[in-house]
Amino acid sequence: MSNEEILHAQTSTGHSVEASHHDHHGEHHHHETFITKYIFSQDHKMIAKQFLVTGMIWAVIGGLMSVLFRIQLAYPDQSFPFLETLLGKWAKGGHIQPEAYYALVTTHGTVLVFFVLTAGLSGTFANFLIPLQVGARDMASPFMNMLSYWFFFVAGIIMLSSIFVETGPFSGGWTAYPPLSALGSASPGSKTGMDLWLISMALFVVSSLLGGLNYIATILNMRTKGMSMTRLPLTIWALFFTAILGVLSFPVLFSGFILLIFDRNFGTSFFLSDIYVNGVGALPNEGGSAILYQHLFWFLGHPEVYIIILPAMGIVSEVLSTNARKPIFGYMAMIGSLFAIAVLAFLVWAHHMFVSGLNPFLGSFFVLLTLLIAVPSAIKVFNWLTTLWRGNIRFTPGMLYSIGFVSMFISGGLTGIFLGNSALDIHLHDTYFIIAHFHIVMGVAGIFGMYAGLYHWFPKMFGRYLNNTLAYIHFWITFVGAYLIFWPMHYEGLAGMPRRYYDYSNWESFKMFTGLNEFISIVAMIVFAAQIMFLINFFYSVFKGRKVTSQNPWGSTTLEWTTPINPGHGNWVGEIPEVHRWAYDYGKDGKDFISQTTPVGADESNH
Amino acid sequence: MSMYFTIAVIVLVFVVIFQIAKASEYVAILKGEEQSAKQANKINGFLMISFLVLGLIGVYYCHEILKGRILGESASVEGEKVDEMMYLTIIITGIVFFITQILLFWFSYKYQENDNRKAFFFPHNNKLEVFWTVVPAIVLSVLVVIGLRNWFIFTGEAPKESLVVEITGKQFGWIYRYPGKDKIFGKKYFRNIDPANNQLGLIWADNKEANQTADPAAKDDIVMDGGQMYVIKNRPVKLVIGSRDVIHDVGLPHFRMKMDAVPGIPTTLWFTPKFTTKEMKEKTSNANFEYEIACDQMCGNGHYSMKGIIKVVTQQEFDAWSVTQKPAYFAAFPENESGASPAVKPIADSTQVTAAGIAKGQLTLK
Repeated sequence: MSNEEILHAQTSTGHSVEASHHDHHGEHHHHETFITKYIFSQDHKMIAKQFLVTGMIWAVIGGLMSVLFRIQLAYPDQSFPFLETLLGKWAKGGHIQPEAYYALVTTHGTVLVFFVLTAGLSGTFANFLIPLQVGARDMASPFMNMLSYWFFFVAGIIMLSSIFVETGPFSGGWTAYPPLSALGSASPGSKTGMDLWLISMALFVVSSLLGGLNYIATILNMRTKGMSMTRLPLTIWALFFTAILGVLSFPVLFSGFILLIFDRNFGTSFFLSDIYVNGVGALPNEGGSAILYQHLFWFLGHPEVYIIILPAMGIVSEVLSTNARKPIFGYMAMIGSLFAIAVLAFLVWAHHMFVSGLNPFLGSFFVLLTLLIAVPSAIKVFNWLTTLWRGNIRFTPGMLYSIGFVSMFISGGLTGIFLGNSALDIHLHDTYFIIAHFHIVMGVAGIFGMYAGLYHWFPKMFGRYLNNTLAYIHFWITFVGAYLIFWPMHYEGLAGMPRRYYDYSNWESFKMFTGLNEFISIVAMIVFAAQIMFLINFFYSVFKGRKVTSQNPWGSTTLEWTTPINPGHGNWVGEIPEVHRWAYDYGKDGKDFISQTTPVGADESNH
Repeated sequence: MSMYFTIAVIVLVFVVIFQIAKASEYVAILKGEEQSAKQANKINGFLMISFLVLGLIGVYYCHEILKGRILGESASVEGEKVDEMMYLTIIITGIVFFITQILLFWFSYKYQENDNRKAFFFPHNNKLEVFWTVVPAIVLSVLVVIGLRNWFIFTGEAPKESLVVEITGKQFGWIYRYPGKDKIFGKKYFRNIDPANNQLGLIWADNKEANQTADPAAKDDIVMDGGQMYVIKNRPVKLVIGSRDVIHDVGLPHFRMKMDAVPGIPTTLWFTPKFTTKEMKEKTSNANFEYEIACDQMCGNGHYSMKGIIKVVTQQEFDAWSVTQKPAYFAAFPENESGASPAVKPIADSTQVTAAGIAKGQLTLK
């Protein structure tokens, strides 16, 4: 039996086969209830939308938190009564209290990194694109896929509930370094809030593993006839490496969390030693190493940034090529550099720990390997630039975000060369320079990749278009705003201004940036408002947007555009199409594009 | 009241933008989608090149405004190397930044959709790809070599003549310790910490239960909870860094140095101050200038207020200051001080603190 026949047999015995199979298996028409279609759905497209909407909700919560703490940074000495209305005792007298400030910063980081840029980005696009672009009716295990979402959902609920406990949510930074995160007596946020944080994150790891294993299995086993690995679109390659990174590194983080749970609740001393807490006295723990946790954390923590950026790179490669009407330049080099990044991602974690007391000799290897990662990154940038060169570029909103992504990736990537060099990191570590660096290269670039994908595949997801004018306004405000927010932060970092400070006004060395902080905060609020505008556009367009009338609105070569405008569960009506060529035949032999399903003609030129 | 007004204005602006966007969609349908897509393409192509030009002007303008606020000249000899490397890295990355960003937006503008142009089918070119793999690799190797050379200097052994000071972080302040006249840090154990008179838990007395014997070297150690750390201009200073509770970080922006303070794991850091605090007040024309120690590792709700001060002074000033310092043991037990006047001898020459002495001082006894 061929691949798709097996699949066909599988899906047709499933209970939720939809209209797409009717030509063959009319007798299998099952009525889908609201619950099986929208809530406990096993359709990868619906699960993708669930990840997307949940991710959006978290993005709004996380973004709003940043607006709140930016108010404090901009106006440390002013009182805002509405903050007390909103936050109660956490903003006594209209001032955000330090414990609230740190809780906001911590939750902002955790939520944005894990819930938005990992689950929201990978969860959405891996689920949506993998079966559609490899030519499969669904994921290898739709049930596991559904579980992956629901673990994520429960993780989110627990994280949300931690905001409402009396001692407040965890407030020791998203990296949760012990002993601070281990000792309730050292910080109120490390009491119940931290327990909930750990439970939530543990569930999140489970969700990621379920999803990741599924993505890998699907890509390896369920490609349609003719879809060899080297004919896969780069989105799939990127999502494939992302899933591998997650599967190999999340368990290590999980082990760190388990040890931390033991230290917190069962009196072990994995991370604790020689501690005397003010007002409590000497603790019984001896012999642990606080640095051990940092190793365990960053062994995931560093691959994590590639878990975020690789899917964005894949999406951008696809969107750039489609809208430049040109093949992606250096397809094999693009895969090779993704592979190199994925391998090196496991060998650079200690560059987060140059000043932690790590052996300097060990540190020197991490300098070498870290700067090595700039080589595949440079290859990618030059290949994207060459893809644009002599193209015929259509500025769809997805394309604008892709170009914005490349710009951000260059800016943020180059500052990584500063931070990866330990002799410079010794000055820049934990200052605003690192804030600027990772927000540009991971935060903004990751979000831009997500927007590029959303604008590009929205017609496939919902059968409607987003409003273009709003999309353009959204792009230009966000793009300009992101630079205005993060570019000046490099200067604050060069001056050594530390991150995670509630108030700089008592510091002779840093208080000259008060005006700049205010400027940054104002821009941040405007950019946040622009994102709200996007959400309005999104939800309005889902229900009322202009309808898609052609099957392939962007003139794209890949398989997802060969499905019906509103594909049912199972994606294709009838047979899954066979693939005859790679995904990037744009502008070949004078033709605008040649779909992957078109057989290679006798007179076609070789490339 | 003004809040509701603000909200109303924001909502109004949203509604207006939304209506315009909606209307433009109808216009697009009326005019023909292709026509309006072409128009939008032209506008965005123009915005791309405008962004490039305005962005470059903005980069220059931002630099003009902020360049005076990034600390100026390094206040330590080692920091000069950091600055040199920083400038080299800025130049190298700057060149790449300008070339790639200009190409990105220039290509976007130049190759915007045009009916007369066909996209050039250009799937790969091995020469080009090898070229831009090898060049970054070479440039990065240069940066790695320079970086590691400096790194091994910064993290290598401090010079023998270094003044050694111990600095211990706690929520939310710094404790400084000088070894006293014997130039040896006495042993300490965290269970001996007494917030009233023994901040570091120095082992002053025998304790059979804990299997401790009093360390005479601990009796002349000078301990300062808060206050200012005194170091000498042009003389290397080695900091032995520790923490009493959570992880802190000794951040020294003016000296371009930084090192975590980890409970249970002593770390070190050394540098050579170039200017006294007084000289820096003049250089920066800021009468309030101080060398501030900023905690750079999240350590709790008071993290932002965890400040220490380093006073860089001349040798004479240092000698004068040190005779006024009293060992912590006598501060705790004034009755023992009689006849122990040698303890107040200058500690200026307390340089020969052997590594063994420090290691011994860090030993915890069970």
